[in-house]
Parts: sequence; structure tokens; C-alpha cells
Amino acid sequence: MKYAYYPGCSLHTVNNNYDKSCRAVFNALNCELVELEDWNCCGATIYMSIKEITALAVAARNLALAERIGYDIVTPCSSCYTILNKANKYLKSNNEVFDKVNLCLKEAGLSYNGTVRVRHPLDILVNDIGIEIIKLNVKIPLIGLRIANYYGCQIVRPEKGFDDRENPMSMENLFENIGAEDVYFPYKLRCCGGMLMTTYQSSSLNLTKEILECAQENGADCIATTCPLCQMNLEGYQNKINRIYSTTYKIPILFFTQILGVALGIDVGELGLEQNFYKCDKLESLYKVSLNHQK
Amino acid sequence: MTVESEILPGVHPEKEVLLRNSFLYRTKVIPQGERIKLCIQCGTCTGSCPLSYAMDITPRKLIALFRAGDMESILRSKSIWICASCYTCQTRCPSLIKVTDILYALKRTAMEKKLFNKNIPTYALSYSFMKCIYKYGRLNEAQLILRFYLRTGLWKIINLIPLGIKLITKRRIKLTSEKIKAINDLRKIIKKAETFELPPEKEELAYIPEAVGYKAVS
Ligand code: SF4
Ligand code: SF4
Repeated sequence: MKYAYYPGCSLHTVNNNYDKSCRAVFNALNCELVELEDWNCCGATIYMSIKEITALAVAARNLALAERIGYDIVTPCSSCYTILNKANKYLKSNNEVFDKVNLCLKEAGLSYNGTVRVRHPLDILVNDIGIEIIKLNVKIPLIGLRIANYYGCQIVRPEKGFDDRENPMSMENLFENIGAEDVYFPYKLRCCGGMLMTTYQSSSLNLTKEILECAQENGADCIATTCPLCQMNLEGYQNKINRIYSTTYKIPILFFTQILGVALGIDVGELGLEQNFYKCDKLESLYKVSLNHQK
Repeated sequence: MTVESEILPGVHPEKEVLLRNSFLYRTKVIPQGERIKLCIQCGTCTGSCPLSYAMDITPRKLIALFRAGDMESILRSKSIWICASCYTCQTRCPSLIKVTDILYALKRTAMEKKLFNKNIPTYALSYSFMKCIYKYGRLNEAQLILRFYLRTGLWKIINLIPLGIKLITKRRIKLTSEKIKAINDLRKIIKKAETFELPPEKEELAYIPEAVGYKAVS
């Protein structure tokens, strides 16, 4: 299996631990990711709020590049995932817009026919590679790790994708099968505020606090997330939340690929775990016990 | 809200027609954007919205105002900029209205018609974002934030210093931007695309569905 890997901007900067762990996990499962050559920013939610054709054309350049090499795109960032999917859908549903965007692409010697699919690593792990195969590769079962599985808004919405839009279960299935426990977490799709953290911070802090509160109350050891922006909001602003709301949260916010990576026996350095702000003691002890066993 | 008493029900004042046409033109890009006509005012969108508490006009009310023919209040509202595009409303709407996408169309119309408060930080953020993409083709968060605060007040950046330091010690910030190789191609694409942005005047007029405004309810 080969995919065109589209990391997206934040995986090359603030969330390079997501990038590392994603590559490591796919590597361990013998699934090849070829980074899309010279990809550009997908435009994020912001571009769409200023200019529509430009936003679509900027996103479509990536789709055209992937089409040229003939692979489907896989992108770990929820926002890129939604935007690229959305561009695909908009183009296919409206010929007039499709023609306009192709005229733009022509300026750069590209064209797009609408054949590329955009997918998320979680989808590929659960549905293409399959939980059974993953189970066979597990070196450290995650016994006793209590995870709050947080999907965020954009990976299962707005269109029906690879999982349910109100109660997705992919991550729960994955982690339960390799030994972990999922905690009751009704906020798994609740919005973290996204970019509002820079613009309307107080509203966003309020949303983020509720998510942390829910995870803490239900006794989670960590929150597993699929989105770089959610990770940043939940982790980077915990201190501020503690100050404003007089709370004492110290909840590790891990990418689901980091947790899976530990289970697959990948070295923690390769997963960028030391780059997270809060250590997950439970996960570390699982890892250390297995290291001692090996000795 | 603007009330023009001499206007007959079902007939919109000139300004309203202008704003309305521009907005309706922008909804045309949205697959099934015309479903906005089918709103049953159930309030599921507002009830599901995690941010409706902070909005001045909630999503359901925005659609009600659109029907009643008050585009100006909608475009001037803070709500359309507060929306975090979480798509909850769009997922749950029983009439399958693309609420979030419609909010995007509203933002674009407000920008085009310059009908928004310049103090709205989202505008500054979007603008800084656009500059970054045009320059490098990829985004560097540190640069985006810096540009954003340069526009909205540099002193506010003090709040971000602790987080910034933490990110630097964790090797999670890069100060230099990655530039894509084909940056000139990307710029050509953007320039060409911008020529398509404004609604052509004639087409605008051809697209006035009968079933909106007072006519739809009377
Ligand atoms: S959920 Fe849909 S039908 Fe109900 S008020 Fe909102 S837009 Fe209208
Ligand atoms: S997409 Fe916007 S309006 Fe809709 S529920 Fe989310 S924040 Fe509210």
C-alpha cells in the first residue's frame, strides 16, 4: 500500500511530533508514505472565509499534484483533511467552478480531473490495514491505560466519512483491541474553539476547559487526539486555564499515533513523546517495564 | 435593524437587493447551497452550537433575518466571525441546510461589501494568513501570530511569551518559513483565481429566487 503523504504546515513546525509518530507507525506496519513533492498550504478554514475560488484553487494544486503521481492523499491534520475533501466535493458538484479552478491550475501547467481521494491515517489504520494486523504487531499491550478519545470536529464532519458523525468509534475499537480502556467521554466531538484561540480567546478557553474537565472527571490518564490544532489548544493553554479557572489540570494530550507507536514498540524518541508538555506516567511505566523485560 | 416603513412587503429596498444578490451568488458555490430556502426554524443549529452563547445573532436567527430581508444586520453581526466552523449545526440540521458553509458565504460577502467592524480580529488574522501563503506557499505559525499581533496591537503578544518559550525548549518552533519550490506557480494560480472572485453583475440579477423574503412567508 502506498499513499501520497500530505503533512500540512503545522506538522512541519509546531506539531512535528505528530509527523514523526505518524511516519514511524506507518513504517512499522509496512505501509509506505511518499511525501507529496512540493505541496503547499491547503488554505485552512481561513482562506475559505475570504475568497472562495482562490481557496479552492490553492487546495486543488495539492490534489492535482497527487493525481499526477496517481496516489490517494493521506493527511493527519484534521483541518487539511476537511479542506481538501471539501475542495474535492465543491469541484465535483459544480462544473462551472471546476472549469474556473482548472483555468487557474493551467497557469502553473497543472490540471485536475477529480480522481484523488483524501483520507485520514486513522481511517487507513482501522479500515485498510485493519485492527487484526495491528494486533499482531503489538509489542507492548496498553494494559490499564485509560484513554479519553477525542476526535475534534473536523475529521468525521460535515459529510459522512469513514465513521459516524455523532458517535465515532474507530479510536475506541483500535485502542480497546490493544489493551487500553476507553473512559466515558461525551465530549469527544466537542469543538475546542480552533482558531478562536487567537481571535476570541475567552470563548475558546471556556470550550477547552470543558473538554479537560470532562476527561479529568472520568478518570482519563490522557487524551488521545487526531488534530494538531486541538492538541495545541488543549495542551498549550492548560496553564492559562488553571490560572483563570483555579483548576489544576495536568492532562497529557497525546496524538493517537504516539500512543499506538508505544504499543508497537517504537522507540519513544522516534515518537517525539518528550516534546509533549505533560508526561503520561502510565504510558511511560508500560514502556519502562517492557524495556526491563528485554534486558 | 433597518426598517423602511414605506417599502411594501415583498419588495426589498435597493441596498438589500444588492447585498442579497451578492450573498446568493456566493452560496452558488456551495453544493446544495440553495437549501437555505428550506429552513423550518427549528433551532437545532442554535441549540447545537457550542458558541451560540457568545453570539449576538444566533444561527437560526441569522436565517430568519435573511428571510425577513435584513442582510445588513446579518453582515454586520459578530456571530459570523465567532463561528469556529465545527460543523455541528450543519451535521444536525434536519433540512440538510449547509449552515456552516452559509456562514462562510456570509463572511465573504461581508468582506466584499466591507460591512464589518474593522476591530474584528478574524479579519486581521485572515489577512495575515493570506500574506504568508502568498509569500511562502506554506504557513509558519510563529510568523502568522507575529503578523497578526503587528496588526492588532503588539503589546498583547506578552501573553504568549510563556507558551512561546515552552515551545522553543520543546523544539516545536521554527522561526524561518519553508518556501515551496514552485512559489511562482502558486502565485500565478492565486492571481488568476482572484480575477474570478467578484460576482458578474448580470449573473447576479439572474439569480433572485422568488421564494425568499416576505413573499416566502406571506
Ligand atoms: S437546524 Fe436547519 S432547519 Fe433548523 S433552524 Fe437551523 S437551519 Fe433552520
Ligand atoms: S459551525 Fe459555527 S455556527 Fe455551526 S455549530 Fe459550529 S460554531 Fe456554531
